[in-house]
Amino acid sequence: MTNRARIVRGTIGVAGVVAVAELVSRAGFADTSLPPASSVLLRAAEFFGDTEFLTAVGSTLEAWILGLLLATVVAVAVGIALSTTPWLNRATRVLVEFMRPIPSVALIPLAIVSFSSITESKVSLVFYSACWPILINTLYALRDVDPLAKETLRSFGFGKAAILLRVSVPSAAPFVATGVRISAAVGLVVVVSFELVAGNGEGIGGYLLQTQSGGGRPDLMLAGAIWAGMLGALINVGLVALERRTFRWHAVRTEASA
Amino acid sequence: MTVITGDHPAERPTGPTGVPGLRILTGGVTRLWLVALLVGCWEIIARIKQDAYFPPPSTIVRVFHELWFSGPATHLFLTDKALDDFQPSFVNLSCGWALAAVVGLALGVLLGRSRVAREILDPVLQFGRAIPPPTLIPFFIVVFDFGAQMQISTIAFGVIWPVLLNTADGVRTVEKLQLETAEVFGITGATRLLRITLPAAAPKIFAGLRVSLGFALVLMVISELIGSTTGIGAHLISSQQGMELPEMWAGIVLLGILGCLFNAVFALVERRFLSWHSNAHGLDS
Amino acid sequence: MLEVENLTHAYGDAPPVVSGIDLEVKPGELVSIVGPSGCGKSTLLRCIAGLQAPTGGRVRLDGKPVDRVPGNLAVVFQDYSRSLFPWMSVRDNVALPLRRRGMNRAQRQENALKALESVGLPGAAAKYPWQLSGGMQQRVAIARALAYGPKFLIMDEPFGSVDAQTREDLEDLVLRVRGNSGMTILLVTHDIDESVYVGDRVVVLSKGPARVRADLSVELPTARDQITTRELPEFVHLRAEVGRLVRGREAADEPKS
Repeated sequence: MTNRARIVRGTIGVAGVVAVAELVSRAGFADTSLPPASSVLLRAAEFFGDTEFLTAVGSTLEAWILGLLLATVVAVAVGIALSTTPWLNRATRVLVEFMRPIPSVALIPLAIVSFSSITESKVSLVFYSACWPILINTLYALRDVDPLAKETLRSFGFGKAAILLRVSVPSAAPFVATGVRISAAVGLVVVVSFELVAGNGEGIGGYLLQTQSGGGRPDLMLAGAIWAGMLGALINVGLVALERRTFRWHAVRTEASA
Repeated sequence: MTVITGDHPAERPTGPTGVPGLRILTGGVTRLWLVALLVGCWEIIARIKQDAYFPPPSTIVRVFHELWFSGPATHLFLTDKALDDFQPSFVNLSCGWALAAVVGLALGVLLGRSRVAREILDPVLQFGRAIPPPTLIPFFIVVFDFGAQMQISTIAFGVIWPVLLNTADGVRTVEKLQLETAEVFGITGATRLLRITLPAAAPKIFAGLRVSLGFALVLMVISELIGSTTGIGAHLISSQQGMELPEMWAGIVLLGILGCLFNAVFALVERRFLSWHSNAHGLDS
Repeated sequence: MLEVENLTHAYGDAPPVVSGIDLEVKPGELVSIVGPSGCGKSTLLRCIAGLQAPTGGRVRLDGKPVDRVPGNLAVVFQDYSRSLFPWMSVRDNVALPLRRRGMNRAQRQENALKALESVGLPGAAAKYPWQLSGGMQQRVAIARALAYGPKFLIMDEPFGSVDAQTREDLEDLVLRVRGNSGMTILLVTHDIDESVYVGDRVVVLSKGPARVRADLSVELPTARDQITTRELPEFVHLRAEVGRLVRGREAADEPKS
């Protein structure tokens, strides 16, 4: 099937879902609180000229990206350090297995009391929750590096650092990138959650909370959710495109083996 | 630096003197010393600094026990508060997850079978998956008001995506030869779905269910933090607002234990149902 | 039993991989089809089995046109590891198709055990396919086809993935099964020796597109033996002839393509 048919079908799907949502709310099957799809989309479009909302988006984005960047740097560094020192790796494994399943949103109350500024709390929380997927992926990827490739370099007299730099890190990089993509989604959930609980009106979550007061504006709430979804989708698409460009050799190899 | 000894010295057999009991002991020490060290440091520093925000672990454990597990033996040592906190959380979690699992599985099978349906719904699904589920909580509160319905909707909406997309992918990628074998022997309809397609897709379906269970716990907590007066999340936020920090820490520990427990139980179930998968692939390669 | 008339198949706009094949198989016959690797044998088989609609020509089984897989036909595929279902025990693998025969659970299990016994695997019923060796797995696949009780059996390179010793055992198993059940069998192989050893007739295909190059009748005694049959002058002669047809044609084709 050609690409065009896919786009046409996808457009039909989106239009269909919007039309059904519109009909359901107009016909009054559901609760009257369900706003028509057209007004939700209109609100979402109006947000482009709404400085108050755009400031909120900026605040969310800032904490999200900062936390994600910090987590990437730290988790990759820790992952490399751990996988080159087996005794430390063994000892941290228990720690990782205990700390990873703690739902990071459970730390929201702790973040509220531990940090004086809201941005600081948000960044720390995103950092904490984003660390785990990246760290885990780095550890597993480095463990699964083809030993033959390492031995090839070793047989040519390369040292440990050279092997790490030339074989281990490049072959682990695509998996690390996948970890970053997972972390981006998790981080967005966490930052919005924090804002919903304790945003003081800051960020997308805080904005959504404000629309609730005074009777509630469901159309604004859904438009805000659409924006959040768009941000998540855009970042995801961007990261996937970046991965494809950077790791073309990897895509070729995995597709050939599939 | 010698090259050969650098690899995994700890995993080498200890030779003829290695008594099994001793080996387990040294294995335990090499794994646990760091955790013990960190907890010990935390305990000492917290006692010296008397920081209200970071109570010593011993206090957290004591409060943890008092709050939830100091009840009568007839109630399995659960306190009344434990029943009050755990019950709504568990009910919402299991209802939301089960709802997502059933709907996600059914839709996933449909999408996996039909290429046209997949292409029509792909953008909608990709977008739905990208919406952070907590952003819908205010809307769900308006529609359903505070309470179980709102929480179950949040959980179900949030965790349906991994099940749906993994099921669709699993069903789509069933081996062609397996389907042709079914065709040759006249295995069609419900028999084919239950005996061929679903078992073949099961490894991917289980992976989706596992991810969604972990995420369901997250959404359970967040929905209780925002819109509930009962449940473990509500305990967390109310103890934070009352500045009862050891109680808040106990709640975090409780959620961590729950997360580990869910992981472990699910891994057991998975091993029970997918033993053929790991075994078949272990022998193939 | 089977009549193939002017069968032609092309994928999309590509040149045909199978072109103008005429073939007739009489009841009780064992016909081996031999041809160089990648000559379109598998496509031919899939069209005959009704797994694929040919772009031209007709296939009739028992006088009825084949438009989907007929109920009195079974296939043994080369790739047993994917054709057997790894999540089912060996017994369930063999028993599953018997649902179509309207048997109850007990009858299905009983028939499955009987079939497993007839291929020499009485003890494997409770095991899983991946616990067995390749040759044993292919025996299970044969047992599954036998239990199903078809009149016509198609075997697509059935012994292509097993070692030489196992291969000889399985060839003898097919001959024995044929002797006991009187099934009509169409066996596809790229092994020249095998095509002569098991066949009543050998149909030689040419490569790109597949055409019938020759249709030779095998004048060997029905009772065959891996050692004595293979040293008969008729066997040696026929084998050389088939070999020349397969190789010669291939070599002649190469400059053209």
